[in-house]
Amino acid sequence: MFDLTGKNALVTGASGGIGGAIAKALHAQGATVGLSGTRVEPLEALAAELGERAHILPCNLSDAEALTALPKQAAEAMGSVDILVNNAGITRDNLFMRMSDEEWQTVLDVNLTASMRLCRGVLRGMMKARWGRIVNITSVVGATGNPGQGNYAAAKAGLVGMSKSLAYEVASRGITVNCVAPGFITTAMTDKLNDDQKDKILVQVPAGRMGDPAEIGAAVTYLSSAEAAYVTGATLHVNGGMAML
Amino acid sequence: MSDIADRVKKIVVEHLGVEEDKVAENASFIDDLGADSLDTVELVMAFEEEFGIEIPDDAAETIQTFGDAVKFITEAS
Repeated sequence: MFDLTGKNALVTGASGGIGGAIAKALHAQGATVGLSGTRVEPLEALAAELGERAHILPCNLSDAEALTALPKQAAEAMGSVDILVNNAGITRDNLFMRMSDEEWQTVLDVNLTASMRLCRGVLRGMMKARWGRIVNITSVVGATGNPGQGNYAAAKAGLVGMSKSLAYEVASRGITVNCVAPGFITTAMTDKLNDDQKDKILVQVPAGRMGDPAEIGAAVTYLSSAEAAYVTGATLHVNGGMAML
Repeated sequence: MSDIADRVKKIVVEHLGVEEDKVAENASFIDDLGADSLDTVELVMAFEEEFGIEIPDDAAETIQTFGDAVKFITEAS
């Protein structure tokens, strides 16, 4: 089950904890992976760890030109893009009353607009192939909201509406578009929290622990598989029961 | 019929799965040949590839019939 041999996957934000775990999970099922991210070093380290079937595709998603070029570069490196995982994301947290236009716009640009452009960029190949998988990584806060994250939650909720609309349009062409919404996942970002902060988070999580990046990778792998062909426009929540949506 | 028209007709027949004789000069892709809006996008993509041309979005919107397509491609190539 969930064999991805012969499939080519482009993963953005692969230099981060969750993106790296997604790339590893897809690769473990046999996919060739295109690792995109802004920081080249962690991408190289990941590619070295994966060995064969891994390509490094550095890209700054705030750069519109680089963004337009990325799907083409990925298709040239791998032969096609059969699976797109829009995982890259940034935060610029601030209370709503203090939030600058710049903080709002930067987060919308990278988390929402860049994902739209990459979806658009890979669709032509997927339409011709009559097969494609797009998985957009959103967040539990896109559904629940979170104080200090008005921009981030708006972008993540926006991804859900975008994914559903696109799912409608391309369902008849064998292309599915879904979201994975992680809750609290152990990453470099959460490692910085002190025990008190972690305890406060964990009381909200029925599972009583943070999620592992590999658990996001597993969810993405499922939605990328042939077996998930009848699942489209869905959001798979992976949050230890923190929000049962 | 010109070579271009033959090639366009072949693409339309293959893509929309319609009988060749239905693809008349003034046959509308959507109203007469059963295309949906996504089909028309795919047809334009197929024309671009077959003829090695770029069809900008605003021009693509004007291509409603088989005749429109042949005319545009003849002028563009």
